[in-house]
Amino acid sequence: MTIVGFIEGPLWYFSLAVFVLGVVWRLVGMLAIGRPKDLSVPTASSAAGAAKAVVLHSVPHGGNLGRTLYHFFAGYLFHIGLFALVLFAAPHIAFFNKMFFTLPWPAMPRWAFIIAAEAAFAGLILLYVRRLTDPVSRGLTDIDDHMGVWLTFLAMLTGCLALQEAHAGLRALHMLSVELLMIYFPFSRLMHAFTFLFARGYTGATYGRRGFTP
Amino acid sequence: MTQPSSGTPTNAAPRAVDVDAAVAKFNALTGAHIAAYLDACVHCGQCAQACHFHEVTRDPRRVPAMKLAPITKVYRRHKAPFAGLRRALGLAPELTRRDLEEWEELIFDSCTMCGRCTVVCPMGIDIASIVALSRQAFAAAGLGPADLFQAADNARDKGSPLGVTKAVLADRVEWLSDEHETDIPLDKDTASHLLLVSSIELMKYPLSVVAMAKLLNAAGVDWTLSSEGYESTNFGFLSGKPDIAKIMLTRIATAAEKVGAKTVIVPECGHAFGVLRWSGANILGRPLPFTVTHITEFLAGLVQGGRLSFKRVDTPMTYHDPCQISRRGGATDAARVLLAAVASDFREMRPTGNYNWCCGGGGGVQAMSRAADVRHEVFRIKIDQVAETGVDTMVSACSNCRLTMDESKTALQWAGTLESLVELLAENVETKASAHA
Repeated sequence: MTIVGFIEGPLWYFSLAVFVLGVVWRLVGMLAIGRPKDLSVPTASSAAGAAKAVVLHSVPHGGNLGRTLYHFFAGYLFHIGLFALVLFAAPHIAFFNKMFFTLPWPAMPRWAFIIAAEAAFAGLILLYVRRLTDPVSRGLTDIDDHMGVWLTFLAMLTGCLALQEAHAGLRALHMLSVELLMIYFPFSRLMHAFTFLFARGYTGATYGRRGFTP
Repeated sequence: MTQPSSGTPTNAAPRAVDVDAAVAKFNALTGAHIAAYLDACVHCGQCAQACHFHEVTRDPRRVPAMKLAPITKVYRRHKAPFAGLRRALGLAPELTRRDLEEWEELIFDSCTMCGRCTVVCPMGIDIASIVALSRQAFAAAGLGPADLFQAADNARDKGSPLGVTKAVLADRVEWLSDEHETDIPLDKDTASHLLLVSSIELMKYPLSVVAMAKLLNAAGVDWTLSSEGYESTNFGFLSGKPDIAKIMLTRIATAAEKVGAKTVIVPECGHAFGVLRWSGANILGRPLPFTVTHITEFLAGLVQGGRLSFKRVDTPMTYHDPCQISRRGGATDAARVLLAAVASDFREMRPTGNYNWCCGGGGGVQAMSRAADVRHEVFRIKIDQVAETGVDTMVSACSNCRLTMDESKTALQWAGTLESLVELLAENVETKASAHA
């Protein structure tokens, strides 16, 4: 088996298994810890509070947007750009169709791809510059934060290199970087892609029943 | 664990530190919601923008997310999914004595558990609740401010953190009743409402107790104080000593049950309201057999029911929201109802209500003498907020906020006036209702 064949075959399935099982294990393990029932008498709905918090924390509120504008702007730039690339780049759609037997969906045009890629790179770089230069962010940062950023950056960079699909090696290099990211994902803070829902939901449920969802 | 950028806290004398007890406590208190919080934090540091301690010090170690570090370390080693794998690979070191000593100041002195950081957190992490449970772990290890722990011990042994024993309570009530010609019932056989007091009020702001009595009497409420359970503050909760927290709550529940009270009224004290209203049943392990209401909620109900009305006060004023009553208590609107009834020129601060800045002394920080300087710095935020409204008078509904801000007012020589909302109402109460509650 060639290296390219290995990357696009067994290693892909291994990465996918680690990613899926790892994420499920993390979430099930987290939820299985359980929490004690709240015996206080509510004044409002916990469920409504949870739903509200999930939406509410998508944008800084309570007069804090101005204070966190950098993160808000860079964060959305990166995440929207990244999701657009992952879900709407034509080669990705073809890959998903083949791999998961899904029906095709419209791909974004090349100009949109360029904009999405620029947004994702700009957002990621802005966030990382902040992490390295702001004393607060720098003080909180650990090796996991660096690993997450660099693996994501690598996947995006190799993706751009493989865009023309002119060389199987470049495509395999992109796949390899994505596989590394997928293997690392369940063991890392990248899990916030899933846990943010639970964190927001728990806070919303706890305080929503008190009458104010923070 | 990321190390704080500056030194260790103040207590220089060597202390016995039981790291194992802290680890066990962290593990016992880490529920699924805490796990979700710890797994969701991306170390962005936006919480610093909402924290009054960071706002006034710009110290990169005084950041809410930094306070998650000790429990995260224990969680990753012991309880998190893949903890075994991490241990096997040597990627999950154990919590150390040094960790605890270096984080003590952050967990106690540098957090009022105001919950403002949760509002700004993109993950919605409730850092204040993690600080509350972290205090239990630190206290189990033997670490924490001596004066805060002493207040908790006083509450357990004498009935109140400021030494208000049953005898002192009876003396103070008799004195206040005579001095102000106000009926302050103590130990009635039965009453539908049990009023609590805070020892801060009894010892430093006694007019607040008289004011509550005047208002309840004016509305014809059937109420009493009880020497079985009178202290509303809960320094057991604030100091991370759940056994003392439970003792204090048990006294209140016993007193309420003894007089047959269906409603327990919490006085002007934010954390007292938060602990009894929202944590009381959970700490006692059973639903409370009475309704808990803050004095502002109760009075607002009387105003809306037409049982109390007030002369209008023309002095322009603003209102400081106690965090545990508004943002974390859900009773934000009550003070507005009362202010609308008594003040002809009420102006909101910016930010206000559920988003207001903390006084700097909540969460027991008021009782920590070593935190006094930074508390005073925090008051500068409030001074600016009040100045922006163009008024000189700031009213609040928490004696702990009041004491904190009174001390800072003196330290910073602020020329403004601080007032209690309940005292303001009592001075201007207009009608007496004859109906009994």
